[in-house]
Amino acid sequence: MDYQFLWPPVIKALPKLFDAALLTMQVSILSMILGLSIGLILSFGRRSKYFIPRTLSSIWVELARNTPVLFQIFFFYWGLGEFGIFLSSYVAVVTALSFNTAGYMAETFRGGFNAIPNTQLSAARSLGMSFFQTQRYIIIPQVLRVVYYPMTNQFIWVILMSSLGMLAGLRELTGETQYFNSRTFRTFEFFAATAVIYYIIAKLVMLGARLLGWRLFRGQS
Amino acid sequence: MNPAGNAFTNLSWVDLIFLGEAAIRTLQISLISIFIGTIIGIVLGWLLSAGNIFVRLGVTSILDVFRSVPLIIQLILFDSFVSIAGFPMPAFWSGTIVLSVYCAALVAMVARAGIEAVSPDLRRAARSLGLGYWQDFRYIVWPVGMRAVFPSWIGVALSVLKDSALVSAIGYVELLRASQILTTKTQESFKIMLLIGLFYFLMSYPISKAGEFVEKKWQQ
Repeated sequence: MDYQFLWPPVIKALPKLFDAALLTMQVSILSMILGLSIGLILSFGRRSKYFIPRTLSSIWVELARNTPVLFQIFFFYWGLGEFGIFLSSYVAVVTALSFNTAGYMAETFRGGFNAIPNTQLSAARSLGMSFFQTQRYIIIPQVLRVVYYPMTNQFIWVILMSSLGMLAGLRELTGETQYFNSRTFRTFEFFAATAVIYYIIAKLVMLGARLLGWRLFRGQS
Repeated sequence: MNPAGNAFTNLSWVDLIFLGEAAIRTLQISLISIFIGTIIGIVLGWLLSAGNIFVRLGVTSILDVFRSVPLIIQLILFDSFVSIAGFPMPAFWSGTIVLSVYCAALVAMVARAGIEAVSPDLRRAARSLGLGYWQDFRYIVWPVGMRAVFPSWIGVALSVLKDSALVSAIGYVELLRASQILTTKTQESFKIMLLIGLFYFLMSYPISKAGEFVEKKWQQ
């Protein structure tokens, strides 16, 4: 092997990479919040008794789940150009990731709501609780417990998927790595360092989620 | 059709053939990776369920790396590593290897769940009837575990099919990359995007529906 590994450029770039990692987290958290909210609406839409909301939410869910994320990012970044709509790479990536997350979370929420028998709703209502009280004290706490772990997994997926922002010109962690790579041609060194950063982020998020879950669902199982 | 001064051409039949060939390449790389990845994944799943604590911890933590690092970084790292090590290979092969390993990491979890879904009593009963270890695997664990996790395996296979789009990042001209080349040529991004989105959808949707159908049927 004639190749000489050269790490100093990577070490010099580390502060920049950490800044980019913050952007990665920002994009991921934003997409996750948007995706969760839309996913919740979609899961209600799919159970609606009216045709139009039911069909529209089904189309959204199936499109999001059956096409590649990278395709979705490209679609929002380039596909709309023909109509003169030019989203910035930041907006395109957040839109695509939210679109995707909403589709997957809608299915997760549906499973969560299906896990709660309708009789509980009737019982709570007959005890004199209002609709929102029933949701707040009876339904949501139980649904949250079912969807909590799928939700943390989805969040880690979103962090990993945000790396595709590189291909749409977003300077998040992977995009920034590619930028330094193109300046120094230390491909292996830079991407190895970035892989380690992603691994650490994923583990930290997992650990945080476990601790929070332990705190939230303590004494129940 | 093509006003003077316009360097771009309109979408034509030749372009559709170009897209079709790229679609075949997408299918090719996905099917090969799913095939290799499933075989390796089943072996790893068996190690995870039958190995001792050290084997299990070792395999789990290695597989964990593949599921915690973005696929695109795995692709770029592997591609640059083989060049450094002095075995440069075409993007098709480095893509296939990375996708296979990625697929294996996902299948391993599914396979382990399948093996653990078979109750130990059933396996003990099989062994006490005189079946050997491998006979037990072949005739008891395989059919029973398969039913439990086949839908999850379908999910993994479909996610590999969709993630094969990332191989474009190391220069393999599969469907998504081909669409970009055509977009540069024709500037009709929306139509092309719609076309290849439709292709992925038509590949993925029927299979996922079939998987759900089989799942429901087996649950009865």
